[in-house]
Amino acid sequence: MKNHIRQVLRSGKFMTGFIIIMLILLLVAVYPLLNPGNPLEMIGYNSFVKPGVYFSLYDSLDMESRHVYRFRLEGADELRIYNKFGTEDRIAVKEWLVRYGEREGVPGLTEEEIDVDDRYQLLDLWWEHYDPTLRLGMTIAASRVYQRLDARVAGIFNLEDYNVYTIWNEELEEYEVHQTTVVNDDYVNVNDIANRIWLPLGTENFGRDVMKQLVHAIRTSLMIGLVAGTIATAIGLLLGLVAGYVGGIVDDIIMFFTNLFTVIPGIVLLILISYSIGQEQRGAMTVAVVIGLTSWIWTARSVRSQVMSLRSRDHVNLSKLSGHSMPRIVVRDILPYVASYVVMAFVLQVSSGILAEAGLSMLGLGPKTTDVPTLGLMMNWAMRYTAHLMGAWWAYYPVVGVIALISFSLNLMNTGLDQVFNPQLREG
Amino acid sequence: MNEQSTITRITKNGYFKYFSKKIMWLGITLIAAVILNFFLPRLMPGDPIAGIVSRVAQGVYDQAALQDMYERYERAFGLDRPVLEQFFIYIGNLLRGDLGLSFSRYPRPVADIISSALPWTLALQFPAIIVGWTIGNVLGALAAYIRRAFDKTLMPLMLFVGGVPAFGMAVILLSIFAINLGWFPVAGGYAFDMIPHASWAFFMSAIDHWWLPFLSIVLIAIGGQALGMRSMSIYELNADYVKYSRYMGIKDRKIVRYVFRNAMLPQVTGLALQIGTMIGGAIVAEIIFSYPGLGTTIMLAIRTGDYPLISGATLIITIMVLLVVFILDIIYGLIDPRVKASQFE
Repeated sequence: MKNHIRQVLRSGKFMTGFIIIMLILLLVAVYPLLNPGNPLEMIGYNSFVKPGVYFSLYDSLDMESRHVYRFRLEGADELRIYNKFGTEDRIAVKEWLVRYGEREGVPGLTEEEIDVDDRYQLLDLWWEHYDPTLRLGMTIAASRVYQRLDARVAGIFNLEDYNVYTIWNEELEEYEVHQTTVVNDDYVNVNDIANRIWLPLGTENFGRDVMKQLVHAIRTSLMIGLVAGTIATAIGLLLGLVAGYVGGIVDDIIMFFTNLFTVIPGIVLLILISYSIGQEQRGAMTVAVVIGLTSWIWTARSVRSQVMSLRSRDHVNLSKLSGHSMPRIVVRDILPYVASYVVMAFVLQVSSGILAEAGLSMLGLGPKTTDVPTLGLMMNWAMRYTAHLMGAWWAYYPVVGVIALISFSLNLMNTGLDQVFNPQLREG
Repeated sequence: MNEQSTITRITKNGYFKYFSKKIMWLGITLIAAVILNFFLPRLMPGDPIAGIVSRVAQGVYDQAALQDMYERYERAFGLDRPVLEQFFIYIGNLLRGDLGLSFSRYPRPVADIISSALPWTLALQFPAIIVGWTIGNVLGALAAYIRRAFDKTLMPLMLFVGGVPAFGMAVILLSIFAINLGWFPVAGGYAFDMIPHASWAFFMSAIDHWWLPFLSIVLIAIGGQALGMRSMSIYELNADYVKYSRYMGIKDRKIVRYVFRNAMLPQVTGLALQIGTMIGGAIVAEIIFSYPGLGTTIMLAIRTGDYPLISGATLIITIMVLLVVFILDIIYGLIDPRVKASQFE
């Protein structure tokens, strides 16, 4: 036993998987301490806000003048112009150039010649080709759209000072209009701004912090996996031991049900049972129990066949002759031999439990949505509110990544264990 | 009686026993599946008829009219009779291929909805499972045989790919190849301005929409199968008979052929057993692509509380898996002599 543990700890595969899982657990334990709060709280008014640090515009304009600093930075204006020439405008410029660019004396442009990301090329081409006086067979409304676009393109070079008017509530309940002039060399220190929020993974469709949700979801999903895996392994082990050791009619009955549920696909059972429980009764733990109750079959089968071959070994017979009780024989003479298999089966059950929850949630049969986030629910929300069509990668990529990472590391641990316990699998 | 004829008799007897046992199991599982399919959805709290009535009778406030409507629907679905009687009616209808009427798409029959979804799922799943299984086994065998760098890079990659859930792979492929690169259409089983009919244009459009869901299932199947085949092959390559043959000076190529044939056998059963899980996983992947197959149908049925449709769809999936497993069992019995031998133990 000791020797096995030492070998397990020396197995590179097992340790890699183990370390990944530990790092995930560390994140789950530490992040809520640094960033407490309800993960289902809708903090944003907008949906799918992209990742980044947000600070209050109001606070930064409203700041006392001593907090405003001036810097003369090289290239600041270029960067400003560059940023102001937005994607939509650039696409519109390109469209115009491709469709109307060709005129007498001016060669036409093809789709491939124009790069939407090359702002300088787009500007050059626009000024070269665009003439607001030409109608080019467009409706008046359409030509107005392009005139406005032209004005906007010209506007991005506007680097004059802004005048910001704020209404100041005095102690005497008087309203007073303050004018602040913001010069383009003005800077504020982000740390001076009272209200800031860091959204490492943005927000999702309901305006909730994805990172905070993800951390809680990992915890819930791991719990679901653990509970489902424990239940499945316990039932499988118990039934396998009983069927294999007792044999006879007990074995026949257990094997009847085992055979039955081997061919009925697990997902069908999961769908039917979860559906019959109903949305309101489905907490995360109920889902875990249901998953556990439907996935013990393989463990039971393998444990049974191993126990059957162990039953007639000499040391077991010796125990029987010595008059030891059945539970004692099972626990002391048989269990140690199947233990390594059971541990491996458990690791796999945890990972498949997490996947099963995710699949159920995608079908709309996951835990109820008002309680706790799970990885499956997050995925389901992202897909239902078409995060992928909105380009909101932060709402689903991290979830898929985490699910894949968890199941990868658990599988890696399983492979490592397999190589320790089955020396024939070891690489020569 | 000479030895030869005894063996033939035993063999024939063995096949017969094996097949009849398998057919008996097919029957029993089918009955169990039907029972589960009937009773489980009916345990659900809530009243599905009230749901339909409230949807159909929007704007009707007359209590008597609502009551009348409710009873009429109850009769139409046979819900006013005792549960046991309902069950026998259900069985009777089932034998005639009648799965009842859908709640959410009343009065469309469930069988009709399923038979329009089933071809999509079949066309997606079976090629994907077969292709994934074949490529996976070849890669796994190569990894076990070549070893070194090939195995060192392939193994973790396959572990990772095999661990990605089917819907996760679907999302990744969708966002890369359909949304960002625009190589494939984003959703559906065919162009949205078409209606299903037998024409070249429709077929091409369906193929166009088929690629990504297909790939998402294939990649995962490859991962899982390659790992299984790899460890089976390593196990066989380390077996005593291989060492013995090597010492005997038998050519490596010949040994390898035996090794992989032996390693293949569990993979064939593996295929039978994994078909259930594969179909389950791939059904969820359909949702990501809004593919008009069974998965999307089940999801919509769940959202609308349409239990005749849910139990119809799950029953079809079960039957599909049962049949495939049965066929593979029969093939397995034919190719592996040990199976029929085991009937005499």
